[in-house]
Parts: sequence; C-alpha cells; structure tokens
Amino acid sequence: MSAVAGAHPRTGRDLRLWVRLATATLAWVVLYRLNGPFWNWLLFDVIGLDPAGRVGETIRFFVFDTTKILLLLTAIIFVVTILRSFMSVERTQALLGGRREGVANLAAAGLGVATPFCSCSAVPAFIGFVSAGVPIGVTLSFLISSPLVNEVALVLLYGMFGWQIALLYLMAGLVIATLAGFVLGRMHAERWIEPFVFEMPAGAATGPGLRLTWSMRIEMGRDEVVKIVRKVLPFLLIGIGVGAIIHGWVPESFFARYAGPGNPFAVPLAVLLGIPLYSNAAGVLPMIEALYAKGLGMGTLLAFMMAVVALSLPEMILLRRVLKPRLIAAFVGVVAVGILLVGYLFNAVL
Amino acid sequence: MTTQIRVLGPGCARCQKLYENTTEAIAELGLDAHVEKVDDIGEIVRRGILATPALVVDEELVLAGHVASIPTLREVLSGRS
Repeated sequence: MSAVAGAHPRTGRDLRLWVRLATATLAWVVLYRLNGPFWNWLLFDVIGLDPAGRVGETIRFFVFDTTKILLLLTAIIFVVTILRSFMSVERTQALLGGRREGVANLAAAGLGVATPFCSCSAVPAFIGFVSAGVPIGVTLSFLISSPLVNEVALVLLYGMFGWQIALLYLMAGLVIATLAGFVLGRMHAERWIEPFVFEMPAGAATGPGLRLTWSMRIEMGRDEVVKIVRKVLPFLLIGIGVGAIIHGWVPESFFARYAGPGNPFAVPLAVLLGIPLYSNAAGVLPMIEALYAKGLGMGTLLAFMMAVVALSLPEMILLRRVLKPRLIAAFVGVVAVGILLVGYLFNAVL
Repeated sequence: MTTQIRVLGPGCARCQKLYENTTEAIAELGLDAHVEKVDDIGEIVRRGILATPALVVDEELVLAGHVASIPTLREVLSGRS
C-alpha cells in the first residue's frame, strides 16, 4: 500500500470499521435469535391471528422467511466476498494455464466456486484463459461452475434443508461443470470459437495490482451485501410471496399428483421451465422450500434451480461474442443434460 | 503532468459505477487527471485484464474485478501524483 496516506487517518478509519463490524455481528446474532419469537408474539399474541389458520400461517411464513433469508444472505455474502478477495481471476488463470484436460476440468470447476467472478467479465476472461493456454474445455468448466455453484443457493439450501442437501448440491454442481467442460472439450469445441479470439494479442497485466488491506476487504464485503440485497430483494419478495401462497393455499396432493417424484416428466419439465427463467437463487429458493413441503421431488426442485442459475440468456448473449451458435447450443445442451441426470438421481435416492 | 486514468469494462453497470467513483475521488483530491472510459474488448484483453471493471493509472493496472469505494480510490490515487 502507498505510504503516502499517512498512518494516523488510516488507523482511525480502520478502527471505526472494525468497531462497526463487531457491532453489526452482534446485532445480526440478536436479530436472528429474535426472528421466530418476535413474529409469533406480534402476529399471534398482539394481533391475535390464529396460529393454525390459513391466513395466520401464510403471513407468518412470509414475514419470518423474509427476515430469515435477508439475515442469512447478509452474513453469507459478506463472509464469501471477504474469503474470495484472497483469490483472483488472474491467479486462477495462472493455475490452469498449460494444464491438460481431465483433472484440470475438476480444478477449474472448484476454482469457479472460489474465484470472485461476475459473468459480465466472461468475454475478457474467456479470451485471456484461451491465450494463456488453458484448454477450451477447462475454460468452459470454469465458466459453468461459476454461476452454477452459487454461494447464495448453497447457504439458503443449508438454512432450509440442512447440510446434506447443501453438500449434494455442491457436489452435483462440481460434477456437472467438470464433466460438461470435459465433454465439450472432447467435441473439439475450438472449431466453434470465433477466429478473432485466437488472433487477439493478449498481454500480461502491467503493474503489481493493488494489495488489498483488511479494511478494503471489509468494505468490499459491505458493498457487495448492499448491492446484492438490493438486486435480489424484489425477486426474494415475489418468491417468498408465491411460496407463502403455495404454503397456505395449495392442497397437499396437487403438486404431488402432477409433478411428484413418480412422474418421469417432472424433471425435464423443471429444466425446460428453468432455462429461460432468469432469476437468482434468492428468488427461487423460497418457492422451492414451499413446493418441497407440498410433495415435489428434491431432485426436480434442484434441477429447476440449477437450470435457472446456470443457464441464463444474458450470459449466453455475452458469450455469443466469442462462441459460435453451435457451441452455445452444445453448451446449453450438455449442461441441461447434466442437470437432468442429477435431478433423476436425486429423485431416486432421496 | 496530467495523470492518465482509464476505466476499462464492456459498459456494464459496475464499470459505470467505478468511473463515477473515480471521477469523484479525483475531484475530491483536486488531482490533475484525465479519466477515460475504455470499452473496446481488444484493448481490455491486450492489457491482460481478465476481470472487469479495471482501473489503469499511467499504463499500470491498479484494480481489476471490483468497484472500489471513493475513500479507497482516494487513497490509491493520492499516492501517485
């Protein structure tokens, strides 16, 4: 870091930041603990709603879940952003450059989870990886796992269904990204890449980059929380709203009859519905929680969520600048088949 | 000498935000600097940038992949003039 900033104001700013962080952590724990008791007291004791009645149950589901999910999201995004600030796309590129396909696909899938990466950087990252000698299939494994294994989804699954389901989702995401990248590499995907990618002279970054200090990492975490919560809030409210209605008003047997684990068309239907839907994990998961309670298969629901987060139209449009339509189609096809298989597998074992 | 500052990124919301923060930080510091937005993918790649938005100050890559806050940018830029 530059020494010019002077020791005194820096120390003051750092101290304030740490004090605020400690206060925020404490407030978080208190709010999380009070969430259930507070709403029960307000809705049932003060307002006098019937805890067993439909209206009471629906309203309680809505307010309790909104608060819980917002609190979980805040904590997760903050911690994950700080952890990820120790990784960078440059480091990932260096780790994967010159590797052979195979194990490198798995490594790329893992790095896709650990690296801070926004799909808006997909084009420069793709060109940079390819010119650094990262095989196409390995690059694609990275680009698939980055949105597919979503930290928000991971922790929300943990919060709603327990660690087993969260772990299954993580493993399934890694396997899909590894294998899909490998398969696409084997299909000689380089034929379907816009030729300019190979002609573009990619330079090495000049300058050491900025050394991040702890206060900068905390700031990044805070900014990311504000940004993501603001972005997902409408999705979340709609998701929880629909979830609350399903929870209180849809009869138990309705979904189980038409889309239960016994129906072989449930999973493909979920994937087909999920591909064009562009939402985020925070919007989809509350609905999933409610649908699961109504008897839908966990595999069907995970497949739906994965299709929503992994295959999004905006990212495909961005990637179209470097990938030919054939490869985009193969990309969507291979990932969709992977999600489909995972859906069937989970429906069969869970 | 005027400091040459470039904000690189393919025109996404995050790039715009970094551009605004940078302009603000420069104004607060009273720096003699020229800020330019670069959205040409060729130039982004040529500079070895993998994550956008990125900040290049006098041909040196300073930040990549995150939107720095105004205080952070003030700190980064004040060490350079």
